[in-house]
Amino acid sequence: MSKVLLSGNEALARGAYEAGIQVATGYPGTPSSEILEAIAREYGSDIYAEWSTNEKVAMDAAAGAAYSGRRTLVTTKQVGMNVLADSLFYAAYTGSEAGLVIVTADDPGMFSSQNEQDNRWYAKLAKVPLLEPADSQEAKDAVLQAIDISEQYDTPVLIRTTMRVSHSKSIVTLGERSPMPDSVPPFVRNQRKYVCTAMWAKERHPLVEQRLVDLADYAETLASNRVEMRDSSLGMITSGVTYTYVREVFPTASVLKLGMTYPLPRNLIRSFVERVEQAVVVEELDPFLEGEIRAMGLDVKGKAFYPPYDELIPDRLASLSTKAGLIREEAIADPIALDLDLPPRTPVLCAGCPHRSSYYWLAKMGIAVAGDIGCYNLGCLPPFNAQHTMGCMGASIGVLHGMAIAELPEKAVATIGDSTLFHSGLPALANMVHNQGRGVVIVMDNGTTAMTGHQDHPGTDWALHGKGALRIPIEPLVRAMGVEVVEVVDAFDMAAVKDGLDVCLAFDGPSVLITEGLCVQVSKPDLAAYVVDAERCIACGTCFKLGCPAIVKASEIDEKTGKRKAQIDLTLCVGCDMCRQVCPTSAIARPGEETTS
Amino acid sequence: MKRADILVAGVGGQGTLLASNILAEVGLCAGYDVKKSDVLGLAVRGGSVLSHVRWGDEVASPVVRTGGMNYLLAFEPLEALRGLPLMHPDARALCNAQPIIPISVSSGKLEYPADEAIAASLRGSVRSVDLIDATRTAMDLGNPRVTNVVMLGAFSTLFEVDAELWEKVVLASVPTKHADLNAAAFRAGRALLGEEKS
Repeated sequence: MSKVLLSGNEALARGAYEAGIQVATGYPGTPSSEILEAIAREYGSDIYAEWSTNEKVAMDAAAGAAYSGRRTLVTTKQVGMNVLADSLFYAAYTGSEAGLVIVTADDPGMFSSQNEQDNRWYAKLAKVPLLEPADSQEAKDAVLQAIDISEQYDTPVLIRTTMRVSHSKSIVTLGERSPMPDSVPPFVRNQRKYVCTAMWAKERHPLVEQRLVDLADYAETLASNRVEMRDSSLGMITSGVTYTYVREVFPTASVLKLGMTYPLPRNLIRSFVERVEQAVVVEELDPFLEGEIRAMGLDVKGKAFYPPYDELIPDRLASLSTKAGLIREEAIADPIALDLDLPPRTPVLCAGCPHRSSYYWLAKMGIAVAGDIGCYNLGCLPPFNAQHTMGCMGASIGVLHGMAIAELPEKAVATIGDSTLFHSGLPALANMVHNQGRGVVIVMDNGTTAMTGHQDHPGTDWALHGKGALRIPIEPLVRAMGVEVVEVVDAFDMAAVKDGLDVCLAFDGPSVLITEGLCVQVSKPDLAAYVVDAERCIACGTCFKLGCPAIVKASEIDEKTGKRKAQIDLTLCVGCDMCRQVCPTSAIARPGEETTS
Repeated sequence: MKRADILVAGVGGQGTLLASNILAEVGLCAGYDVKKSDVLGLAVRGGSVLSHVRWGDEVASPVVRTGGMNYLLAFEPLEALRGLPLMHPDARALCNAQPIIPISVSSGKLEYPADEAIAASLRGSVRSVDLIDATRTAMDLGNPRVTNVVMLGAFSTLFEVDAELWEKVVLASVPTKHADLNAAAFRAGRALLGEEKS
């Protein structure tokens, strides 16, 4: 069998292939997005892969496919699980005809999320089994195991990774794909199982409870729940990538490594704790394992040493363990101290980004902005500082509505992207129209789900599976929903964006401004970079207010103001033209074109 | 060699992820256990990108401890400095000399450290430092986008692993239509460090 390097997400995709999975759905979100992308890219002829409108829709579609006899996988990032959860809970009662696996990629350390929630609780809350792989090999194995468990115990199975598992690479031994039938039989008419109406769901609930009891017995026999006895003075109980950190920091300690973390193998845990002098639970985020183990009456410590926030990467694990007196920390080497102040390199809207025009005007006009999730969240940073709330996917429009209900003494605006609008913005817009709310919704339509790596959505004319897609245009959609004032403008036309915004702001009701402009990473324009005519530039700083990484300070200083003039970085500028439009002295032009006043 | 813990530092868009993938792949082909960890997400929008690449007989954590890195491959001087606290004083560093000015400097009030200060800081911190203008070499070859492969060529001279193996992995990792350009870039990179160091 050949060995290859795979990221955790690529390994999950490989696991889906080997496990005979035939349907995979999800909504993109870091750090989970690469799972479906790898499935579509590598195994697209064997597995139907779809970016669904949102995580809940993905879960419903997955349930339907699994009810119909196809082994199915759903992927989500940790906060997407909150959207998916409603459907997970009925699937936990119904089970399915073929294996059903949900992967949640959590984000301890919050590299690209709005919170640090620990999705292991969802397993306990929904009463479904939970697997936690530590590396890519285990990630692949977990999918095969999950399908096994799902079909043997008639339950959805949750696999929880973290950013480090999903985005780190390690060596994986490849296996063969389980042969799967091309076709499925007609739909199983089993109402007592698949119709969760109260009278039948009531019959299911005791079965769900018994399933947990049976799964706990199964957990005792599982090879991925294993004891590594070394020095018995210290015994660490751990799971997921944290296991690798424990091995790094405590090479001589005994370890109980849990591959299945709900329900727990209670006998195995009890015997391990009895065999070591001191048992410590090492887990990132919440005391999920610790709470269960302490409830068994066992004397273990965990959160007393390791706070329920941030990652426990080896540096932090070592320093916290030293404080706890578990190890005597010796620095690997004398620390290297820097005597220089390093300017930060914060993320910025790309040169040529269509979102720039909206935030330029919103900042200039000083309008209150309810923001949303996407690249445009960068509108909250300097020089714009033009986003004043941001909570979760689709929240902007509802928050804007609430601001109007509160009768603010000023006009307010929501900013939302095209993919996010379809994800969960539309119900909020319907609510705003129906209840006769007020406010401007700016839909920044860049034709893709940009931040997570340019995935499709219902507003694009292509789809992940490559089988063709129908595009749902946004303008007629919002008009049909009853929005009276709808302005559609070219996002790269500064004056048009301003005019559109003015028309919407003047209307005392719900209005929508659609700014259309392709994401520059998709359009990749082949235009010449602009140049600044240093003689005309008066160093007024207007172009800097666009926050474009291609516009930099020149060494030349304006005599009147004493400020540095502007200059354009030839390698970064894509010629989007916004800076030429805002320059008050017409100092910016394409090379070879006259600057005109 | 018992192990190599390599820090790859650069700016989103510089091809650092391709480079760290190639490094991991070279380790696998050379018979090591390999792990690699990237920080992605918003970092790709022009932010700092750091990757940890580990080769060894057995590698546990994909994340290296502070002071544990024994090689630095930096695509940009400021990012090399940012990575320095992770390095072991005995480490070897290879750094591309071409700066990419962050927006906090280009349109903000902060200053980018002077060339001499950067060089002094690097040389004062780790055992050996090679500062090369890989961007210039790549542009001389006709495409600044192969800067990462020039860097890999130079970096490969610091290891005992066969140059042929390196080149094979590089060429398997780039589009076939650009094979000649990348082979030239890799060799030009090796030539920058005189090919012979180990």
